[in-house]
Order: sequence, then C-alpha cells, then structure tokens
Amino acid sequence: MKRSVNIWYRIDKITVLLFLLMMIMGWFNIYAAVYNEEHKEILDFSQRYGKQFIWIVAAVVLAIIVVVIDNRFYLFFSWGVYGVLVSLLILVLFFGREVNGARSWFQLGSLSLQPSEFAKFATALALASYLNNHKEELTKLKVILPATGIILLPALLTAKQPDMGSTIVFFSFFFVLYREGMSPYIFVSGLLMVILFFLTLLMDNVLLELILVGLAFFLTWFVTRKPKLSLAGLGIVILIGGILFALDNFVIESIGNEYIIIITLILAGLAFAYYIYQKKASGILVIYLFLLGSVLYINMVDFAFNNLLKPHQRERVEIMLGFKSDPHGTGYNLNQSLISIGSGGFSGKGYLKGTQTKFKFVPAQSTDFIFCTVGEEWGFIGSFVIVGLYLFLLLRLIKLAERQRSVFSRIYGYGVVSVLFTHFFINIGMTIGIVPVIGIPLPFFSYGGSSLWGFTILLFIFLRLDASRTEYLI
Amino acid sequence: MKDLYSTRKYLIITIIVIASVALIIKLFIIQVVKDTYRLSADNNVLRYVTQYPARGLIYDRNEELIVYNQAAYDLMVIPAQTSKMDTALFCGDLGITREIFMDRLKAAVNYSRRAPSIFLKQISAESYARFQEKIFMFPGFYVQPRTLRKYSRPVAAHLLGYVSEADEAQIKKDPYYKPGDYIGKLGIEEAYEKELRGTKGVKIFLVDVYSRIKGSYANGLMDTVAVQGNDIISGIDLDLQEYGEKLMQNKTGSIVAIEPSTGEILSLVSSPCFDPELLVGRVRSENYARLSADTLLPLFNRAFMASYPPGSTFKPVNGLIALQEKVIVPSTTFGCSRGYLFVGCHSHASPLNLKGAIMNSCNAYFCQTFRKVLENPGYGSISEAYEKWRSYLTEFGFGKKLETEFVNELPGLIPPSTYFDRYHGINGWKALTVISLAIGQGEIGTTPLQMANMTAAIANRGYYFTPHIVKSIGNEQRIDKRFTMKHQISIDSANFEEIVLGMEAAVNGGAGATARIAAMEDIIVCGKTGTAQNPHGEDHSVFIAFAPKDKPVIAIAVYVENSGFGATYAAPVASLMIEKYIKREIGESSKWKEQRMLELNLINRTAQNETER
Repeated sequence: MKRSVNIWYRIDKITVLLFLLMMIMGWFNIYAAVYNEEHKEILDFSQRYGKQFIWIVAAVVLAIIVVVIDNRFYLFFSWGVYGVLVSLLILVLFFGREVNGARSWFQLGSLSLQPSEFAKFATALALASYLNNHKEELTKLKVILPATGIILLPALLTAKQPDMGSTIVFFSFFFVLYREGMSPYIFVSGLLMVILFFLTLLMDNVLLELILVGLAFFLTWFVTRKPKLSLAGLGIVILIGGILFALDNFVIESIGNEYIIIITLILAGLAFAYYIYQKKASGILVIYLFLLGSVLYINMVDFAFNNLLKPHQRERVEIMLGFKSDPHGTGYNLNQSLISIGSGGFSGKGYLKGTQTKFKFVPAQSTDFIFCTVGEEWGFIGSFVIVGLYLFLLLRLIKLAERQRSVFSRIYGYGVVSVLFTHFFINIGMTIGIVPVIGIPLPFFSYGGSSLWGFTILLFIFLRLDASRTEYLI
Repeated sequence: MKDLYSTRKYLIITIIVIASVALIIKLFIIQVVKDTYRLSADNNVLRYVTQYPARGLIYDRNEELIVYNQAAYDLMVIPAQTSKMDTALFCGDLGITREIFMDRLKAAVNYSRRAPSIFLKQISAESYARFQEKIFMFPGFYVQPRTLRKYSRPVAAHLLGYVSEADEAQIKKDPYYKPGDYIGKLGIEEAYEKELRGTKGVKIFLVDVYSRIKGSYANGLMDTVAVQGNDIISGIDLDLQEYGEKLMQNKTGSIVAIEPSTGEILSLVSSPCFDPELLVGRVRSENYARLSADTLLPLFNRAFMASYPPGSTFKPVNGLIALQEKVIVPSTTFGCSRGYLFVGCHSHASPLNLKGAIMNSCNAYFCQTFRKVLENPGYGSISEAYEKWRSYLTEFGFGKKLETEFVNELPGLIPPSTYFDRYHGINGWKALTVISLAIGQGEIGTTPLQMANMTAAIANRGYYFTPHIVKSIGNEQRIDKRFTMKHQISIDSANFEEIVLGMEAAVNGGAGATARIAAMEDIIVCGKTGTAQNPHGEDHSVFIAFAPKDKPVIAIAVYVENSGFGATYAAPVASLMIEKYIKREIGESSKWKEQRMLELNLINRTAQNETER
C-alpha cells in the first residue's frame, strides 16, 4: 500500500503533463481537421473526433494499468511480450485485412488493431533485456549480431506488409545500440549512408566524389597534423587520376569518369598501403576506407534507385527532392500539405478557420498529416510550440534515462526516445517536404487507437521503471 | 553500475536538437518568409480548374475529318461559397425555372457543400457569354469549359462509338476519371480511349469571396498543362460508308468491306443506322433510351454481333479444303438431279466441274465433295476427318473471335466433333448426318465480318491480316503489332486460283451464273451468292465479292435480312459499293441498280419477323 502511493508520487509529472497536453491538443486538432458541419458536437461518436475521445480515455486507463503493474514484470516478461508481438506480426501477413495494398491491420468486429504499433515497445523491452545481460559487450560480434537480429526481425516483418514507415522506426533502435557501446563507426556510417543517398540523387556523382576526396584530404591533415604528408597523399591521387583520365579520353575506349575515380582510389590505396602498414596509421586507414566505401556506395545508390526501388517509391523521393512536380498525382499530398501549412503565416488563421482544412484539400488530415492543421490554424507560433514540446519531451526522457541506476531501464528509456524521435521527425518532416512522404503517425497527436495505445504503453512502462528507480536494482 | 559510454548521450542529444532546429527553420521559411503559400487576409480560396484536353480527332483513310470537337460549357457551383443573390435574374439568363434551380442546388448540397458540382450541363455559348459578364453577381457559381464531339457527316455511328460520362464502376477501376468526366463507349471511342483522351491538366486560381478570379496561384508554378489526345486515322472511306448506309436504308442487315492487302476496314455498315449526333451532349440520355427501345435494334451492330449460317457463300471454302485434301481436282464432276439425296438444288446444267459448280451454286456438287472430305480413308474416323476440316476453318478465322478492336465480337460457331459425338454418340454419326454443313447450313454460324475476312483471304490467294478499323495513331503513326501480322492459311495458292476462277465465273460467266447482276464492264468482279436460311421468316440475302480479280483492292460481304435470294438484293448492293469505291462515281449503266436498292423498303417485313419471334 505504502509502495503504490510512493509510485504515484514518484512518477515524473512533467512527462505525464506533456502526455496529457499532447493528447488533448491532438484531439482538438482532429476536430478541426475532420470538422463536419452536420456533426458539430465534439463528442459525436460517429465522427473521428468522438472516437478519438474514447481512445484517449482508454489510453489513460491503459497508462494507469501499466503504472500499477510491478516493474519487475516488465523485465521478466520482456521476451514473452516480444515473442507474442512477433507472432502477431507474422499472423497479420496472412490474416490481416488488406488496405491500400498492405496487410497491417487485424479486424476484430468493428475494432482494428495494428500489431506493428505494439511491436515497438515489445522490441524496446527485448532489446533492453538482452543488452542488460550482456552489459558493455556491444563491441563483440557475438553480441552485436543477436542485438541486430532483435531489431531486424520485426523490421523485416513490417517491411513485408509493406509498411515502410514502421520499418524505418525499427531501424532507429540503432540509436540505442550506439548509446550502449556499439562502435561509433557503424553508427556514423549509417548516418552517412542516409545523407549520401540524398546527395547522390541531388548532385552529379563525379562532383560529389571529388568533393569527398577533398574532404578526406582535409580530414587527414586534421588528424595527422602533417600537411606535407596529406599533400603527398592528395598528390598521388591526382597523379594517378590524371594519368587514367588522359588514357581514358585519348588512348583507350572511354569507360567513364565514375570508373576512373574508383580505379584511381584503389591504386592510390595500394600506394598508401605500405606507409599505413609501416606506421600503423590507423587514422589514415579509417579515412581512406570511408572514402573508398563512400564512392562505391554512391555508385550503388544510383543502381539501386533506378533498378530496385518501385516506381511509386522513386517518384516520392523525386518529388521530395523537387525533381518532379506532380500536384495532382503523387505530389498531391505534399503539395497540399505545404499549401496548408504555409498559408498559416505567422500566427495562423485561427481555430476552425483553416480554409485548406475546411475544404478537405489535404488527404489523411486526421492521421499522417495532422500537423497541417496545426500549421494552418496556429501558424508558425503553433508549429514552433509543437516542435518545442516534442523536443522538450525527448530531452526530458533522455534525462530520465540517464538517471536510471538500472541498465535495463536506461536502455529501455533510450528505446522510447528513438521511437518517439523517429515518428516526430519523419511525420513533421514529411509534411514540410524535407523527408519523402512516408506514412507514420505523430505520437499522441494523430488519430488512431492502435498508435495512441502503443505509444502510451511505450511511454508509461518507462515512467513506471523510472518511478521505481531507487528500489530494486534490476 | 559503471557506465562507460555516458558521454555518448551528447551526440544523441545533438542530433535530436539539430533535427528539431532544421524543422523549425524550414517551417519558418515556408510560413513566414515565403509568400508562395500564404493567402491574403480576404480569406481567398483556391480553385482547381481542371484543364480538359481536346479529345483526339478521328479521320478517314483519305484524311478527311470524321469526328472533331466543339466547345461546351458546364455551369458549376460550390454551395459553401454561395450567398444571397438575384435568383430571378439568374434563372432568366439561363432559361430555367426557379424549381429547377432549387432542385439542382439541393442536389449539389447533398453531394458536397465544399466540392464543386455540375449545376447545369453544357450551356450554350451565348448563355456562357452572357453569364460571364454577370458572374460577380452570383457567388459560388463558375463555368467549366468542356469539349463535345461533333460529326462531319451523320454516318458511321456504330464504328465511331460515342462519348458519355464515366459511370461509378469505371471511375472505381481507373481513378483518372472523376464524376462528370467523359469516357468513350463502343467503337473507336472506346477501343482507343487511352489514346484519344489525352491527359488532364490543372490550373489553380485564387478566388475571392465574390467568386472572382484574382490570379494564378503561385504564379502558375503548380499548374500542369493538358496534353491533347492523339488523333486517329481510321481505315474507313467516308464516302463509301455514307453510300453504304444510304443503300441500306429501310432495310436491316450489314455490309463489311475490307482492303485485302492490309486488313483495313473500308466500311462497316449495320442497318438500321442512326445519326451519331443523337448521342452527343444533353440529348444523349433521352435519345439513347429511345434507340434502346426500338424493336429493330439500331444499337445492335449486326456486322459482328450477329451470327448467321452463311449459306452458299460458304461453298468456296469447302471447295478449297477439298482441293487441298486432294479428294477432288478442278476437273472433277458430279451430277445433280435437282439435288443430291435429300438436299434440293435449283435447275442448271449438269454435270458440272468445280468452276461450274461455283458459278451455278450447285448444292449437289458440294454435298458430294464434302462427303468425300469427311469420308477420306486417310483418316481413321469421321471425327478425325471432321476435325481436320474444322482446323482449316479456324485458320480462316471462323469459330473464334478475330480480335479486332471491338470488344463485343461474336466468335461464331463451328461445332467441334465432340458436339456431334455427344448428340449422336461417338461414331454414331456420318457425313450424311452433317451434310448441310457442305452448303453452309445447319449447326454453323458466321458473322458478316468473318465472311468479309474470308473473302479477303481468298482475294489474297491464301492469307489475311486481322481486320482493323484504325490505320494509324498519333503523329508517330503507330499501330498495334497484331494488325501487321500475316495469317497464312495452309492451302496452296494454286488451289485458291481455281476457286477464284469459279467466283469469277459466278459473276461473269454468262448464262447460269448466279451473280450476273454484279458484273461490271471494265472491272472483273469475283463473287458468290448465298441465301442464309432464316427459321423465323424470309431468308437473308447474302453476297461476298472482291475486285478486281487480279490485284484486288476491296473484299466485301453484304447481308440483307429477310429479302430472299442472294442475287436479288445483296449482290447489287455489293457491286454498287465496289463501283463506288473503285470508280468513285456510279456510272449510268448502274444507275438502275442504285435506284432499285434505294427505293427498296423491307422494314415492314423485318418488323413482322420481330413480333413473330
């Protein structure tokens, strides 16, 4: 008895406040987005805003239940929960209802459940449990592989549905791995791959590769503090490259600048090999490997983009990058979204007065594009506040995670941060065109039972763990 | 617990903060800095005006225009944008009553308050002009320009098809179409819909509360241009088509004329015909209902949706098969005692060889020939021999669809041997059981299109191209590959020559020739008469022909329903069509034929048959 009173006392009130605030604001915005004159009452249960109220009430109940359950439960049953959700992810591929070409939902009577939303916290639990048993061993391959496996399994199952948005969310768990000791090289490589992907599409490959060579040169100078050595390295590359370029253009049949660069780098690498071996210059080796890897990667991206991506996915990326303008077709969502948000100006048009919202120009406005309502009706001020709230929530959660004495709780906390951050950044980023259109909900804000409950459970397990952080050492 | 990596939180925090700042910056740019998306304080609204592309035009083979577009205007309304206005003035200008106004407005509100509905379809150009001046007085209403089809001559309705609004099923199937969009139905309009329709564009306007256009949104950056539909050149000869429809007036039946060297359809007449203009625009629904209810079935395309037993016009093909199977040679003769066994024949010279049999259309000759084909000892059973016979027919395109552009082609009927097996038991039937097939009667059905195609194959001495209505599409003059594929028939062209001689004799052979009426002075016409038996009334008059005998340019099949012997009506029609096509003018000596056909009225006879059925 005394303990449970303590729990309520120790729950982080700031986070709970943010949680309630976001749900309520989301609810009001859904009302505005779906506003139907014939059903003006916000509690009209035939409309989405009425239903969202029910989901919110249920979420609060869920939150209470999650908090009441003993925190050891989460540790002991993490694998069980994970197993159940993975099975559900498999089952949904066979028994799920097909919507827009994807099988992501179970239909139980009038209730729809989306297992991928719940798989997120399950994965966080399983990952936390596994790493808890292998503390500080993430530098070893025999630990990295299973950890990656825990993440990849639900990711691939979700990709099969197909639900690209959720798949990307699972990949964000690599943040957790990084925090717990995975080599920063892998992490940085991952980020680099994403950035290079877009740069490759945006600019000429050869130019990009030359820029990278230049960058490598400066990095070498910075790391070794030997300008002469770095210049010598650069000189070798230019020399080899120059000879090959001349050969290519004037002597033999042209094989293209891209191949020239690759061959140049490989030959230059051979030239460097001796020096690196002698002096054990691991810094230079790393820089070189990154350079070569990037160049090869750039070529692969081109190939993959043109040959492996499906046409509608290619189109979405092209539209996001501005190559294609298709305001009535694939670019429709983004275009409408930009118009909607942009038209909000500094202070917005006022609650329930958004014309784009009212006239239903933005599709999926109560779910994936809910941020448009904020942008249009509350303007930059509103957008700023929402982004600020999420930023505040994320930083707060990191602070809570860091203050955990139990490794399990900390890892789980970072899992929560990764998931929420990814949803937040991709959702809002998509509405303003810095991320291609990938449908995922804005946590606590978007319409939808499964996603709201998934996030609620995700968050409150952590709050529960945090509340009892001084008690047992898990 | 010791935590080796606690400093890593800084990188993660940095990434999150940078990402959030990036979002804020972009938001700042699009919300505060850029004017592009901002709408003014007047609460301007965006109006998406679909740019409908001009539908592709259709030309005839001589590049004479058959179908083109005329401008039409739909009056649109967005109920949420309407407000108090002078309805009396409005109704007066547009010529509608107040009741109609209220009804239409209610319907629009029911559909959607916010999305535009069509208030009045296809108002006249004058109404449009008058209305545009006063548009500021009627907030919420605006005009959407459209195009409608117009026809240079009131012919070829069946071939061309028509254009109507897409229905729910079509919209669901292809979301390119929105309610109110037009889509082709039947004929060329349907078969080549994707080519003709072009691509819609959109212009986005800023519109104020008075429904006035204030300007282009984003300086037209988001607008897309409508792409015009591709023009189509059809193989139709418009003069010939018009002439054919005129000849067939007051009669029911069909004419199919093909150019043998390419398979292009020169003319396709199904009578009764109707003016394609009837199915354009506002009057379409009403006229369509009327045409549907007409007992003579004018909407029914008799050229390929009707299957008849071909009658004597089938004899040339049977002759060809017999020659190829080597059961007869051209000099083979058979006697005819006013018939053979239970099959009757008219009186003529006897015995006859192959050429004579075709010329005189002798039933006995062909019955005995057919018998020889089926009883060929080279095959183990009658089923085998029959199937071989049937396989030749399949090569001619019988018993299956020819795969033209039309969707509702009938395949016709050449029953497989299993059909007779089931009816009579295996090996329970003989040549004599199915002897009627020899003269194109009994369990056999062919469409006029198939007959014309067969004639083209004979004209070519052994091959045909799939009949098609379209000569080329668009500027690149494309055409579907399947229409340039030659279908070779496995019968020697030498055998074809013999049959051609017979068909030449049928027209030009003098006394006894059944089709003398089709002869022309300076062109050698080859043909075959036929009388298709009709269990419900008068037999149908059938005639197939091609001309000139060497280097033929036209192959034709004519069906005149309920009119008796082939020679009487179908043959003159065919010869007139041939003369019109080759000489462009009807000569003095043929004028009497023309006169007779124009005046012939068999509608009552047909109507009688219809009610008797």
